[in-house]
Amino acid sequence: MSKVVFKRPRYLRDAATHYCAGCTHGTAHRLVAEAIEHFNVGEKAVAVAPAGCSVMLYKYFDVDSIEAAHGRALAVGTGIKRARPDLFVFTYQGDGDLASIGLCETMHAANRGEGITVIYVNNAVYGMTGGQMAPTTLLGQRTTTTPAGRSVDNEGHPLRMAEMMATLDGVLYAERVALFDPKQIRRARKAIFHAFEIQIKYNGFGFVEVLSACPTNLRVTPQQSQKWVETEMCKVFPLGLFKDVTVDTPQKPMPEPEPGGNGAGQETCHAI
Amino acid sequence: MAEGAVQAGCRCYFGYPITPQNEVPEYLSKRLPEVGGTFLQAESEVASINMVYGAVAAGVRAMTSSSSPGISLMQEGISFLAGSQLPAVIVNVQRSGPGLGGIKTTQGDYLQSTRGGGHGDYRTIVLAPWTVQEMYDMPFLAFELAEKYRNPVMILPDAVLGQMMEGVVMTPPGPVITYEKNYIVDGAKGRPARNIRSMYLEGDDQELLNYVLREKYRKMEAEEPRFETHWTDDADTVIVAFGTAARISLSAAQRARESGLRVGLFRPITLWPFPADGLRAIAQRVKRILVVEMNLGQMVDDVRAALDPSVQVEFYGRPAGGIPSPRAILAHLQGKGTDKGEEWADKVGAAARHYIWWREGELKPRETSPVGIGEAGDE
Repeated sequence: MSKVVFKRPRYLRDAATHYCAGCTHGTAHRLVAEAIEHFNVGEKAVAVAPAGCSVMLYKYFDVDSIEAAHGRALAVGTGIKRARPDLFVFTYQGDGDLASIGLCETMHAANRGEGITVIYVNNAVYGMTGGQMAPTTLLGQRTTTTPAGRSVDNEGHPLRMAEMMATLDGVLYAERVALFDPKQIRRARKAIFHAFEIQIKYNGFGFVEVLSACPTNLRVTPQQSQKWVETEMCKVFPLGLFKDVTVDTPQKPMPEPEPGGNGAGQETCHAI
Repeated sequence: MAEGAVQAGCRCYFGYPITPQNEVPEYLSKRLPEVGGTFLQAESEVASINMVYGAVAAGVRAMTSSSSPGISLMQEGISFLAGSQLPAVIVNVQRSGPGLGGIKTTQGDYLQSTRGGGHGDYRTIVLAPWTVQEMYDMPFLAFELAEKYRNPVMILPDAVLGQMMEGVVMTPPGPVITYEKNYIVDGAKGRPARNIRSMYLEGDDQELLNYVLREKYRKMEAEEPRFETHWTDDADTVIVAFGTAARISLSAAQRARESGLRVGLFRPITLWPFPADGLRAIAQRVKRILVVEMNLGQMVDDVRAALDPSVQVEFYGRPAGGIPSPRAILAHLQGKGTDKGEEWADKVGAAARHYIWWREGELKPRETSPVGIGEAGDE
């Protein structure tokens, strides 16, 4: 008798991805898909895809999904969640999307404490557009728009989102994890699972920053890129838990679907 | 209008304060929770329209409202709604521009509204009310058309209508008509997972999407133009105007009739699709068309495009807070009309020295060698 010890999670499609060799999006996708399966939310999940490398996540996740304009994933997520609070809504966003063009939406959705789970993939570079400087690009890091390296004088400092999220009263949970070795991947899995729980049990805002490797745009091998995340990125973006107030927060589970949802398909005419 | 929207089944509103339309969010912040709906003041107009996009994607009737500069900020989101074929209602209570402009009334956003407004080949259905009664009635039609075509619909009043008090009969104009939503993302339970997007990278899919949209727009152009006419049966001159300009024009037409001129009014209710056929039928019988707008001439392009070049089309308009008076319109009907800008030639000249200093020849060109060529230029 053979025993299956490792298989594709139910909500990850059997598809070859468009991600580059050595990219850690695949690992992050798998962890999210494992969480969808573990918490049995696949039939009520809506994934919000950003503009960026993960814009085509609908090809990989076997759940309902919607494409957001660049930076607007958390506004779109807010719209879905407010319209249908019974749905499980998660955004999967990169650093350019979440921390640059979408910073306003990110801060306000977090501050309102929307019941949304945020998977924030930080690889210190704009991947899809060809390796330009990101808000999280390290000082001295060369990109196609910082050919001499990012400088304090011209571009300023890299932005630390997990720390910033932790300062907001609306955020129940903020943690930074990485994927550069199996130990980190296990920690990342635990963090993503907890961020799911924050929405399921507390109807709250959970934020996981995942440090990710982009060997293509770092112009190094996959192995070197993992090393770079471990030795260089982690110095600027320290791993760890920045906030978890679930101990002091009363549980407030996500509502059950109303018949017809919150106004969905309502045909009654409410006269005054 | 806000009450009309609620009665028409709107259950989510997202918006950001801007004058002269704050009465809409203020009313809905109280009213929507009463019917189990959601009111949320968003952090910006950009966020507002994207929240609407999320809410309608989840299957709920949702709307936003704003005024001109805020609508400019929403254009990317409106383009996404059109590209993703999602129904939504957007209200633009126009104020004057360009730029920050001011809160005075205008119809300066006609072209932006009727040409899509954002990036890409798309159209929004644009409804132009002219009374407070129509402000109440139009959300019913707007939500119906939005769902029928899975397309954003814009209601385009101006600051005058936005601030006007007038008697209204709050009786729904008819039953609320909804359409099946087999495209929404509400959890893949008992069906394959769905995806809502406007990006199609595979093969010719993006071009194909545009042809699909074109078919839809052609259907709208065939079936949805709406207009009304006043005193056009015996008219030899017809004024074409929408919204507040149409109200004033009706007064002007009345005065003209009192002075013996046979003047009628053609009022487009849908600005896009423009009621070209209806206008053509009337134009065959008249000598003259006078287009009156509260801008420097935007709809007049559509009027000219709709009509045979032999039809005499004249224009009178005032931009950015300027309101054509019935007397001024009457003067145009009598062939004695003046252009306010020319009437104000001295004032414009004085302002020009202030605002457009090139006019006085003060902006002198200066010639220098192209910078940074040097040795590279020898290559």
